[in-house]
Amino acid sequence: MERNLIVAGFGGQGVMMLGTLLAQATCESTDKHVTYFPSYGAEMRGGTANCYVVISDDEIGAPIMDSVEDLIVMNDPSLVRFKDRVKPGGFLFINSTICKTPVERDDITVVEVPVTHMAQEMGNPKVLNIIMLGAYIGATEVVPKDVIIEAIKNKLGKKKPEFLPTNLEAFEKGYEIGQAHK
Amino acid sequence: MARIFMKGCEAIAEAATRAGCRFFAGYPITPQNEIPEYFSRRMPEVNGVFVQGESEVASVNMLYGAIQTGTRSMSSSSSTGISLYSEGVSYCNAARLPIVYVNVQRGGPGVGAIQPAQQDYLQATKASGSGGFEMIVLSPSSVQEAVDMTYEAFDLAEKYSNPVLILTDGVMGTMMEPVELPPMKSDEEIAKLKEARRAVSAVGHSPEEQVRILPGGVGASFEAANIDAYNMYKDWAENEVRVEEFMVDDAEIILAAYGISARIARVAVKNLRAEGIKAGMIRPIAVHPFPYKSFENLDFNRVKGILDIEMSIPPQMKWDVEHAVHGRCPIAECLKSGGELMTSEKVMNAARELAKEVL
Repeated sequence: MERNLIVAGFGGQGVMMLGTLLAQATCESTDKHVTYFPSYGAEMRGGTANCYVVISDDEIGAPIMDSVEDLIVMNDPSLVRFKDRVKPGGFLFINSTICKTPVERDDITVVEVPVTHMAQEMGNPKVLNIIMLGAYIGATEVVPKDVIIEAIKNKLGKKKPEFLPTNLEAFEKGYEIGQAHK
Repeated sequence: MARIFMKGCEAIAEAATRAGCRFFAGYPITPQNEIPEYFSRRMPEVNGVFVQGESEVASVNMLYGAIQTGTRSMSSSSSTGISLYSEGVSYCNAARLPIVYVNVQRGGPGVGAIQPAQQDYLQATKASGSGGFEMIVLSPSSVQEAVDMTYEAFDLAEKYSNPVLILTDGVMGTMMEPVELPPMKSDEEIAKLKEARRAVSAVGHSPEEQVRILPGGVGASFEAANIDAYNMYKDWAENEVRVEEFMVDDAEIILAAYGISARIARVAVKNLRAEGIKAGMIRPIAVHPFPYKSFENLDFNRVKGILDIEMSIPPQMKWDVEHAVHGRCPIAECLKSGGELMTSEKVMNAARELAKEVL
């Protein structure tokens, strides 16, 4: 089975981090084939950023694709640009704090997660991507939850251990929302 | 051995380091910046040298100098930057110096786009500089293969005492994939390699060693040197062809692709067969010397069409495919360019269309 994901948003929203965390964890803790491909402009912040993650039981051909099973959008322009590329039966995860464009798709599962708002409430606006990753894993279970938690500990916990509890909490909050849409 | 998740460019740089590369010079250009960036961090750790040259021209000429000390030396650039390497690369070929360099292709011509492309095929395989020289040109289609090829490229370069080019693209360079890395060569092994290759113009070196800075050696004719090189090129055509033939035996249509496009084609072959279309793929692993025989030897009573798949408009590898097929079946095109990337959907649709026309 092959599962394709596009993550899209503004530069600075942790779009690439979300993608690499998922892909790297899959590489290190499973036997699955996995690719990650980033696409962005020259801007550090404010420009659009998106990445493609493919996780598969078989060899992976294209690391970039026209249509996907799963789409995560962190801002409105990304929603408009990518929403029609979700295959019927797929998942669309929306940062509902700032995405206001109507989805107008009744053939996919839409998971609304107000990640910008939730992250602010937690006192750390930067963890919005980790909340969204939690929601994604909760709804799709594309890799086991523990795999991602280990990756968060290894990748985010070592550099700045003081933020680890917040990141783990953020992941759990998202995961619960995701589970409700399983 | 544990697999680790690496970006193509970084994997190339690490593989080169493990192969004993201890000199890198280059000038920044997207989408290959992660190669020099990685070397800038890695070379000081292994007592190697990293130089960001003031230009591409300076960088390739530093390579020309560094390689003559016997130190395994490498450079990388992208498309329009590689154009500036032409003179230096031609000099390295004239002097038969075993440099390794990488072209992480982006769009073109001119400054083109920073997005990935495969638009330097003809330049890479036919004329990377003036003078009619040839090089072995390797083209990976996975990050693992990029690692293995880079590691081997230094041995190949030294085996023939000739530059080797790794021709890849911005997708391969920036995508991440699991890899297993080859062993790190020890300082003793590296010192031995260096001693074996050291050939500077200093007094006291034999004419054989001087070959490496003067074409044909001191007093020899240019023609003799060119004949010698030509004989080597003919030998490559017999002994250095690297090709992947995938499900070709009973195939009725053949997908022809290299590098990034080939990995898409390989999966497309499986999907086409699931739809009842007998497809196969021929992939040059080395794009030079080109695997002409793989195409020449096809049974054209069975093979009804070939689909040439490249991220280049106009197509370039198609010249080589046509050269081998010689009009015995139609060759259709599946092309992308200008920052547009190849996708499975595009390949599948083009293959279905070809099948409908010829089968």
